[in-house]
Amino acid sequence: MYVVVIGGGTVGFYLTRELLAAGHEVVIIEEDPHRAREIADELGSIVVANDGCEGRYQGEAGMARADVVAAVTGDDAVNLAACQVAKMRFNVPRAIARVNNPKHEHLFRQLAIDETISPTRTILGVIEHGIPVHDLLHLTELEGGELQIVEAHLTDDSPVIGKELREVDLPTGTTLAVLIRDEHAIPTRPETRLRTGDRLLAVTSGEHEDELRGLLIGE
Amino acid sequence: MKVMIIGCGRVGALTAAELDRRGEKVTVVDDDARAFGRLPTTFGGVTVRGTGTDEDVLRGAGAELSDVLMALTEGDNRNALAAQLGKHTFGIPRVIAKINDPLRAQAYRSLGLETICRTSMLSDALVTAAIEGAGATEFVEEPTAEPLRGGPAHDSPAHQEARGAIQAEEEDA
Repeated sequence: MYVVVIGGGTVGFYLTRELLAAGHEVVIIEEDPHRAREIADELGSIVVANDGCEGRYQGEAGMARADVVAAVTGDDAVNLAACQVAKMRFNVPRAIARVNNPKHEHLFRQLAIDETISPTRTILGVIEHGIPVHDLLHLTELEGGELQIVEAHLTDDSPVIGKELREVDLPTGTTLAVLIRDEHAIPTRPETRLRTGDRLLAVTSGEHEDELRGLLIGE
Repeated sequence: MKVMIIGCGRVGALTAAELDRRGEKVTVVDDDARAFGRLPTTFGGVTVRGTGTDEDVLRGAGAELSDVLMALTEGDNRNALAAQLGKHTFGIPRVIAKINDPLRAQAYRSLGLETICRTSMLSDALVTAAIEGAGATEFVEEPTAEPLRGGPAHDSPAHQEARGAIQAEEEDA
């Protein structure tokens, strides 16, 4: 695969090194000439020392035949601009942006960035999984953020403890996907009775999330 | 009309001050509080210290109720991000981004943003001024006095007059 990496910070550098090691063809664009030289010393002459948001330098980096562009600087505005230029001028099939402010994820997807990676959200997810929370956990988004897979951890306070699944009146458009009990995934049957410690994975939409939270976790 | 201006540099401050003078409701956002010093003391709008590309900052500053958003910082990328947040996240009816790279400005216009490009404006005005004279454009300003001609500058009547005025002032002091 031919990959153009925008940004030669720590993420860009190691990403490029790993991609090269995996046998991909890579060019990296780094604006700071000093940093660009450092990368070239380590990885060879695969560095374009210029502004990765400018069409001219993307062209120099061979963007026209790139399969993937990965914009991974620490600045969301740069990552968005670089991906938009790559998509609009060079029709790159896959644009991946690092998103530092997790709130930008939705906007980036709306603006035709194919994939977004948010280290902040990932770390947040890991932390939230490590401590007990009285809220729905967001596991992932589907359909460009319209649908979410969420997890509810049932405690003694949950209004649904002791109820059978058929008695649980789910909000519109919400489906229970799986029940995790004692580290086993069990299918959700109407007669399954809910217990403390159960974890329910549900697919829901943003507008029904509050209702689902109230139903499974309580106020 | 409610106008939100991102970036209180020279352009942002001047635009904010003029809109405020004309009675519009202006909010200016800048991440450096010192930048608000560029606003005149008579400025009656709101200043918000914060990052203009942060959704929460813009919401707090009233983006949802704005009729116009203008992204006027020194960074093309930041302006493009702020403008697209305004358009897509907050549904602001009109957004204008200052984009100094003409090629990129063209690309953003195709994405539905209004752009203003200093480079194109200046070069258009200068080309017109070169061919048709300064009077043909309202942006290139005519000199306010005749240029000094003949003899060394300090002997010219205008210079003598200016020197006389300075001396009179010194004697007064």
